[in-house]
Amino acid sequence: MEKEIAKFSVNYLQILDENGKCAEQPGLTQKQIKEIYESMVLARIFDERSIKLQREGRLGTYPPLKGQEAAQIASAYALGKNDWMIPAFREHASMILRGLSMEMILQYWGGDERGQKIPSGENDLTFAIPVGTQPLHAAGIALAMKIMGEKTASLVYFGDGATSEGDTNEAMNFAGVFSLPLVFVCENNQWAISVPRSRQTASQTIAQKAVAFGFEGVQVDGNDVFAVYSATKSALEKARSGGGPTLIELFTYRMGDHTTADDASKYRKKSEVDEWVKKDPIERLRKYMESKKLWSKADEEKLLAKLGKKVEDAVKKYESVPAEEPGKIFEYVYAEMTENLKNQQKSLEHQDEAKS
Amino acid sequence: MALFNLAQAINLALGQEMEKDKKVVLLGEDIGVDGGVFRVTEGLLDKFGSDRVMDTPLAESAIIGASIGMAIYGLKPVAEIQFDGFIYPALDQLISHAAKIRNRSRGRFTCPLVVRVPCAGGIHAPEHHSESPETHIVHTPGLKAVIPSNPYDAKGLMAAAIRDPDPVVFFEPKKLYRASKQEVPEKDYEIPIGKASIAKEGGDVTLISWGTMVHVCTEAAEKLKEKNIDVEIIDVRSLSPLDTETILTSVQKTGRAVIVHEAPRTLGLGAEIAATISEADILSLKAPVKRVTGFDIPMPLAKHEYLYLPNAERVAKAAEEVMKF
Ligand SMILES: Cc1ncc(C[n+]2csc(CCOP(=O)(O)OP(=O)(O)O)c2C)c(N)n1
Ligand SMILES: [Mg+2]
Repeated sequence: MEKEIAKFSVNYLQILDENGKCAEQPGLTQKQIKEIYESMVLARIFDERSIKLQREGRLGTYPPLKGQEAAQIASAYALGKNDWMIPAFREHASMILRGLSMEMILQYWGGDERGQKIPSGENDLTFAIPVGTQPLHAAGIALAMKIMGEKTASLVYFGDGATSEGDTNEAMNFAGVFSLPLVFVCENNQWAISVPRSRQTASQTIAQKAVAFGFEGVQVDGNDVFAVYSATKSALEKARSGGGPTLIELFTYRMGDHTTADDASKYRKKSEVDEWVKKDPIERLRKYMESKKLWSKADEEKLLAKLGKKVEDAVKKYESVPAEEPGKIFEYVYAEMTENLKNQQKSLEHQDEAKS
Repeated sequence: MALFNLAQAINLALGQEMEKDKKVVLLGEDIGVDGGVFRVTEGLLDKFGSDRVMDTPLAESAIIGASIGMAIYGLKPVAEIQFDGFIYPALDQLISHAAKIRNRSRGRFTCPLVVRVPCAGGIHAPEHHSESPETHIVHTPGLKAVIPSNPYDAKGLMAAAIRDPDPVVFFEPKKLYRASKQEVPEKDYEIPIGKASIAKEGGDVTLISWGTMVHVCTEAAEKLKEKNIDVEIIDVRSLSPLDTETILTSVQKTGRAVIVHEAPRTLGLGAEIAATISEADILSLKAPVKRVTGFDIPMPLAKHEYLYLPNAERVAKAAEEVMKF
């Protein structure tokens, strides 16, 4: 005997089309829409400024997020203050929205550990560079939330490349088995450095991977703020009310190089990039706002001036922070410095004396 | 003879071995179309095709685990781990399987695999991109480990590593990839695994190091010369197996040893070398063995990596101290 015992389908969600038109947006107020727009523009200005700083030798290697503003901002916008956000390493837009200062982000990419000292009270983890490692931490945080009986959820970002790592899959499995209050947000930006999505998985979508782990997955137009917000919001609500995890695949595009150390023209065609430029998430929302008479040229000019200054102020702050004292590199390894570390710290002081 | 930098010398070795032996295949993240993030595999995809130069999914454990299978089956995989700090997901496969399969199967299965690992600091790279994880490898019976400090050695060591019947982890100091060029013969040669080299002869103190640190020792040697201290520099090259003979012969001559490495101090390979010297020949020592190493802390981010990395001043100071003992 042979019979079908399982069947599944995967939905794709788009609300705001590529021309900025939509039938019904997900109940956001005009103020909220403007807030989202402003945050995306801020992220774009910050991104461009950071690349320039790197080119001028004022910042280390930096991974640009251009093209992923809607994916990051609209998903982070759906989070509550008490929810937790666990980023990978490109989520500057989400981080800024959640309250991390731009100067701290610059500090981190400038090679200073203090950029990772998330202000107390903020429920976000810091950067996770080893690809695919952080979904497990998000699972742990969600498990703790569940054990402690809190009505909060955790949201983790990772890339299409990260879906190939064992850890990412183990996190989804954990989340399914323990029915965790966890939202997996995969920013499928089509590339993992030079490797295209098709080389990461033979699966038709990333969203459908959730099915194998026993929970729901959905593919969302990642350049559509309304769809991203709506999908994330309902996944978070489901998570907080005991409905378990969701995988949201945000179908988007990395418009820039992988990092400032990369040259994407080596492995992808300009025509491909050009196609995605037409889907620019910021332009798309602006078109919508203009069509609804929420936004004017004058508003835009005012906003650009305001945010430009905000970013400049952050750059100034970043560059005016005095260097951390050398001895600090020993002080956070353990709660208390071991004798061994105290001795090594002393030897460093002697070295400095010898030099001066 | 043509001039090659270290990255080009490895590229040359890989190409030549692939030409000679159809069983040699390359795999890793971004090694094909992109030619590797350090351009070490540049041009090889075009030359040998996508069955022999494979851009893999982003999964280090899969890269090494699958390489083990390929090696058992008869291929000679050369796998790339993109950066030192990303070898950890693959350690289970390396330590539990690559290292043990010969012994577990009493020689029935073998694992002639090379794992290339760009390593170490000094290039202001982001977090997790500047580590020196050699201890984990050297501490694992069944794995070999080598690290060249110059283009000539790089080519010969790569040839030897690929032809070796056992798994070899091939560390490539990132800072040296383009640091200098050297004449590298096109003709076939091997630098035998298990042989150190004397990078500079001298009579007063033996400086023992590898990778980028060999150059720091050379710089220190210049400073010490001004103080009439004549150092001998040993480039260990082969971290496992270790060439204890070359090390001991030198220390017997000078009576003094300073070991220099980037990895953290505790259980760094320096500890093993110091112990080996004192076990074999403590009476030839005129002073205690000294170590100049990274500190026992996570590798600092770019702004403070200069504090962590051994430099010529620290090395010279240690050499002067053993001279004064
Ligand atoms: C475990 C690990 N392997 C390799 C790398 C090097 N690396 C950094 S980002 C990246 C690609 C990541 O792709 P994806 O997950 O799609 O994220 P994206 O860069 O597109 O944001 C690679 C290979 C790493 N950081 N960590
Ligand atoms: Mg990606």
